[in-house]
Amino acid sequence: MKKVLEVRGLTKFHGRGCAHCIDSTGPEMDTNICAHCGSVVAAHDVSFDLHAGEILGIMGESGSGKSTVVKTLFFDDAPSAGESLFFHDECQWDLFNLNAAEQRWLRNHRFGMVYQNPHLGLNFNVSAGGNIAERLLMNDLSHYGEIRERARLLLSRTEVLPERMDESPRTFSGGMQQRVQIAKALATQPPLLFLDEVTTGLDLSVQARILDLILEIQQELGTAMVVVTHDLGVIRLLAGRTLVMKYGRVIESGLTDQILEDPQHAYTQRLVASAL
Amino acid sequence: MNRHYELPLDEAAYSFGFLDEFAKREIRRTILKAISIPGYQTPYASREMPMGRGFGTGGLQLTLALIGANDTLKVIDQGSDDSVNAVNLRHFVELTCPQVDTTERTSEATLIQSRHRIPEHPLSEQQILVLQVPYPDPLVVVEPSEARRKVMHGEGDYSRLLTKLYEDIVQFDEITISHRYPTRINGHYVIDPSPIPRYDVPQLHQSKALVLLGAGREKKIYAVPPYTNAAPLVFDDVPFRIEDFREASGARRACDRCGACDSFLDEMIADDGSKSWQCSDSDYCNEQLAVNASPAEVKA
Repeated sequence: MKKVLEVRGLTKFHGRGCAHCIDSTGPEMDTNICAHCGSVVAAHDVSFDLHAGEILGIMGESGSGKSTVVKTLFFDDAPSAGESLFFHDECQWDLFNLNAAEQRWLRNHRFGMVYQNPHLGLNFNVSAGGNIAERLLMNDLSHYGEIRERARLLLSRTEVLPERMDESPRTFSGGMQQRVQIAKALATQPPLLFLDEVTTGLDLSVQARILDLILEIQQELGTAMVVVTHDLGVIRLLAGRTLVMKYGRVIESGLTDQILEDPQHAYTQRLVASAL
Repeated sequence: MNRHYELPLDEAAYSFGFLDEFAKREIRRTILKAISIPGYQTPYASREMPMGRGFGTGGLQLTLALIGANDTLKVIDQGSDDSVNAVNLRHFVELTCPQVDTTERTSEATLIQSRHRIPEHPLSEQQILVLQVPYPDPLVVVEPSEARRKVMHGEGDYSRLLTKLYEDIVQFDEITISHRYPTRINGHYVIDPSPIPRYDVPQLHQSKALVLLGAGREKKIYAVPPYTNAAPLVFDDVPFRIEDFREASGARRACDRCGACDSFLDEMIADDGSKSWQCSDSDYCNEQLAVNASPAEVKA
């Protein structure tokens, strides 16, 4: 299997940081705030590999650092330490050593991101079709008819009624906004997709349809994905492998089945036991 | 108080062209930079002029920095030499630049300062056209932060501007920008070509004359150098259109005064509500009138 992403020792501090930060935080210390300098250790020493067509789940409670990992990889946030390699078409990018322009290029051409809050991923001042057009235009497609056709296809693919493609996403329901966001992320057929809590706050039937859609996309396009969620059901359905995070550390990682059926870490055991 | 200080003679009055020599030198340097990077909005220290910002101070500073004793200046406002803005600016230059000639004929001028029109008469290599610009940045409609706009310009990322055109076509079946049409210069930077109508945009392409654009309030100067590509932003399958002035019957309207069928027309509405069309470029209209009409029946 081809490797898409390799992350080693990813670390993110908020604050000055001091010599004791690492020792005085983490699951053993039951905090992620350093007692000595007050810095927040949002993530420390996160390492994983992601292969083509694979879905990796990152699970954990609020504030455990799972979104931080995805945000640094999508260049929304700069990491404090660590390295990350992205592979595509025989090329290799050292993500954290690229300049800002190269990072923006990768973001626009090779990555896709679906945020929990559609306001972050969509421009509400243009129509749903326009949102997708924007991403296609970034990729130097400049044929109006073709853009329109591609946008219509993508929206019907994600089950947004094509008749509503010229409306602002403002008038859409939460589930529909999320589907427009997925269509936008998929517009350039990226080899790597980040999904940050995509189903949180949606009702169950809508959740199920979006999860179905994500699985279909993975099977059809072979897109590698990193799925961040605190929902065990989502992890069980989507992810082949899972990282469990707490207070910025990975406390357990492995095949999803194994983690859910035979959790080793006390926190994971409690998490699995408390699931409905 | 320094008792030995003597007031230099030229401080007693304004120097040639109102601006002091330092200001002129700075503006000339900025012009050179603007020409070297076609379409790039070069910042400069726009001076206070004895008129409000937004009344053509950017264009006027360019004109004053460029003008010399052998120059012949023409000033136009929306095509007309006689409207307030043009008359006042011309008068100001006449006051502050002795020995400079002014003219109303496009072909005689070496320097043309214009507000919102490019003259109909084709310009030559010996001429410089100065345009007054209210809003220099075409991206301002899609991105409020100037820092981010600069990055977008640097990377040639105009996808959001094109998205706006896309939205226009979706909503109205055509691009609805009537003036200030975003135009890509020399394949990279997209400029706001000042509020010239679409009709004038093709004149920027491979123009023989140097076109300089000055925004006084926004403190920017940019240029379309001679023989440079200027391409309006469009989609591959939606060609750029200019105003065609067709009647309902499909015929091209002619100027009611001179009969020209190849000029940009202004619509005039009379007191009784009837409409008529006339050339917006008054010099061109006069010229056509002189050519067409027999000397016996020249209308007033």
